[in-house]
Amino acid sequence: MTTRAELPDTESPAGPSRPRGDEPPFVPLRVAVAALLRKELGLELRAPQAVPAMALFSITTLVVFHFALQRGQVDGDLASGVLWVTLLFAAMLGISRLFVADHEEGGLDGFLLAPTDRTAMLVAKAFGLFCFLAAVEVVAVPAFALMLLGPSPSIAAYGQLAALLVLADAGIALVGTMVGAMAVQTRTRDLIVPLMALPLLIPVVIGAAKGTAPLLATAGPHSVEVRWLFVLGLYDLVFGLLAFALFDYLIED
Amino acid sequence: MLYGTRLRALSIATLVTMTAALALAFFYAPMDADQGFMQKIFYIHVPLGIVALCGFVWGGINGIQHLRTRDPKYDLRSYVAIHLSLVLGAGVLITGSIWARASWGHWWVWDEPTLVSFLIVFLLYATYQPMRFSIEDREKQARYASVFAVTAGAFVPLNFIAVRLAQAYTHPRVFATADGGLPAKMQVPFYLSLLGMALLYVTLWRYEMASKNTSWQLRALRRKLAGDDAVPPVGRTAAPTLPSS
Repeated sequence: MTTRAELPDTESPAGPSRPRGDEPPFVPLRVAVAALLRKELGLELRAPQAVPAMALFSITTLVVFHFALQRGQVDGDLASGVLWVTLLFAAMLGISRLFVADHEEGGLDGFLLAPTDRTAMLVAKAFGLFCFLAAVEVVAVPAFALMLLGPSPSIAAYGQLAALLVLADAGIALVGTMVGAMAVQTRTRDLIVPLMALPLLIPVVIGAAKGTAPLLATAGPHSVEVRWLFVLGLYDLVFGLLAFALFDYLIED
Repeated sequence: MLYGTRLRALSIATLVTMTAALALAFFYAPMDADQGFMQKIFYIHVPLGIVALCGFVWGGINGIQHLRTRDPKYDLRSYVAIHLSLVLGAGVLITGSIWARASWGHWWVWDEPTLVSFLIVFLLYATYQPMRFSIEDREKQARYASVFAVTAGAFVPLNFIAVRLAQAYTHPRVFATADGGLPAKMQVPFYLSLLGMALLYVTLWRYEMASKNTSWQLRALRRKLAGDDAVPPVGRTAAPTLPSS
């Protein structure tokens, strides 16, 4: 907090009016993102917290589904629904943890003092969350295939599923970063995250679940309809632009 | 800006338009061949929905203004707009549910994309007040609420596209909106009702703005007259607070 008083220009909103003399050199976005991402992933590798919890949660959810649906095997649209509900709920855990360490340990204050673009935090956090989700899916999707999935899809079907997962994860990561940044400042963080993120992610669920259903059908896997990839892509694009435009306002102080 | 001016004229205009619209809907518009009398709810339900959605989007536009100018006035406008739209939104869901029960026999049907989209939007905006309430710092509360308003405002059309696509497969829809296939005798009451609903929204919005502004000005005056200690500080609230000037 004392350093902030010494560097009054970090508080000023835009670049052009800043005095030039004693300002530290501006860190390019690429460098800042790399540093933040290294911190993010390094933290998770050294003291794994989010990914194991999410993976464990997703496997537990599959067990819950087995008993709640009273089925040993699922296929088609039911299988697709089970998979996406599991992944989405696991993602909620990751989203509510995303900014907690930075908020509590002063990481956000440190970042705000650094002479760099705030978008760096968005890119690094979203990409970090994307990596976490991908890591969870590496565990959860095979577990789902072993435990609950009736038909055994071909390698090509898994390839198409991977494409859907990548597009859906990008959307979840972007929305999750925004909601996580918003929720960490509230008193009721754990309530706000699912309440806000789930409705926002309904279009992702629609695209992903509809796209996945034919891949897991018993009657032989059909291919994904292109329009679901298009819906997911459009969603990623819109929320990418929104997050880019609005994220600066979320980590201002 | 004074929100209390011309409130009486606006109220009278709303009342007249709404009465005329309902009178036309009940006595002038022809009975629907399929649904009979129940179809009359259409003249309330659809305008209500359109106005509520426009209100949400307008809240988002004021949110952009607030983020750009940092003027708390825009935060209040955005808050009141979303707040009112939520109230109307509850009305949309209730009337939609009644209509669904009457024409399809179920209180809720999942293959009506517009109603389902509306429910999702409503659920999203329902978190607006809890989120505001859980942020104590006033400035931060206003800023975050505006970010939410902009995000959710942009989400509205995206969500409608996605839900419609999801249903188009099983239920091919003629891409005509509700009024596209309407006979002229139904169009007149419908558009009049839409106008009446819009006027109702504007009137209520201005009433709430006037009330909020007046109570804040009153606080400021009290504080000036009786001293800061005489006026108790505001507790935690979801509603925006104006600088007492």
